[in-house]
Amino acid sequence: MNCAEMNLLLHAYADGELDVVRSLEVEQHVKSCATCAAKMNSLKALQSAFKENDLAYSAPVSLRRSVRQIARPPEDREARLPRDLQWFWKWLALGATAVAILAIVIRPMGISQNDALVGEVVSAHVRSLMAEHLTDVVSSDKHTVKPWFAGKLDFSPAVTDFAGQDFALVGGRLDYLNGRTVAALVYKHNKHFINVFIWPAANAPSAQESFHGYNVVSFDAGGFQYYLVSDMDEPGLTQLAGLLGQGK
Amino acid sequence: MPHLDAAYNLARWLAGNDHDAADIVQEACVRAFRYGSGFRGGNSRSWLLAIVRNMAYTWLKKNRPKAIVSIEDEDLAEIEDPGAPAFAQADAAVLRAALEELPAEFREALVLRHLEGLSYKEIAEVADVPVGTVMSRLARARQQLQSYLARKGVK
Repeated sequence: MNCAEMNLLLHAYADGELDVVRSLEVEQHVKSCATCAAKMNSLKALQSAFKENDLAYSAPVSLRRSVRQIARPPEDREARLPRDLQWFWKWLALGATAVAILAIVIRPMGISQNDALVGEVVSAHVRSLMAEHLTDVVSSDKHTVKPWFAGKLDFSPAVTDFAGQDFALVGGRLDYLNGRTVAALVYKHNKHFINVFIWPAANAPSAQESFHGYNVVSFDAGGFQYYLVSDMDEPGLTQLAGLLGQGK
Repeated sequence: MPHLDAAYNLARWLAGNDHDAADIVQEACVRAFRYGSGFRGGNSRSWLLAIVRNMAYTWLKKNRPKAIVSIEDEDLAEIEDPGAPAFAQADAAVLRAALEELPAEFREALVLRHLEGLSYKEIAEVADVPVGTVMSRLARARQQLQSYLARKGVK
């Protein structure tokens, strides 16, 4: 083995990442090569320089406090409220439960699984706009967006830019819906953003719904479930759904 | 909250200031708790650090686009060999300044290895790259660090 090949191994050796056989090879080489021996020494010097000078930052107290707040379970938060407020919340919770039960009982069809999913889809859409976390990968190029999903998902969604039809691909993102990680493609039409959530599913329902002022169109194609959500009008969404359906 | 110091340390080295580092970690924690179900066992420190890293890069892309210089990991053969370097006399201030000079990917590799003591495999999980890439990044990062120190006259 020559010195150029040895270079990487020296680093891995100094980091304690080599197996016994490789470690012996490195030790053997260093014994007989002054250049690599000098390099090894300097690597060790660097390691001790990092050990002697602690360059790590620790989390400030204010951050520690706010993170504890995020991590605290809801009951714990309640326990910190004054007693009369606690009662207020308990009554309120009781009232809300009663209303919810009545709503379920009275509603003739009951709350279907799809309704819950539509709510989840709309929440994910709103959250993506609110948190300014619309895209993880920003690109109108399907050759950039599609490979980005590979390795992050256990399926590979079709990615197509419909800029010609005025639905420009903005980028992609991972999201979590219906108990699994899903692909989210983001399109832009005039000033409206459209989230397209995609995951593998068979025989999923096709539907158009409206929820809190957002339109949701769902369909399945090629073994994938598509959920489109936006504040744009329903015919526009249906048009994009058509394009996506053909794109398969 | 375990690993909060590690999370903050990584965010602080990537963002370059206290305020934004705290914001990044806080947002990462919100995500970690919200998507906690995305954690399927394994190393919870790497998992949290990977979220912090993603948030930090999103922040960098938006606020410091120049800080992200894409580096090619393949052209390892082209690493020039600067001969025998010496780090023995590098003090904290010089070392800190040298680290801050490095591209984000190199800086994070060194921070995770030397400041947090992560293994190659753990760094690979955090940075979402193969272990071989971690190995070459660390080697190149140290070589850049070394030429910086040489320029500053550290012997």
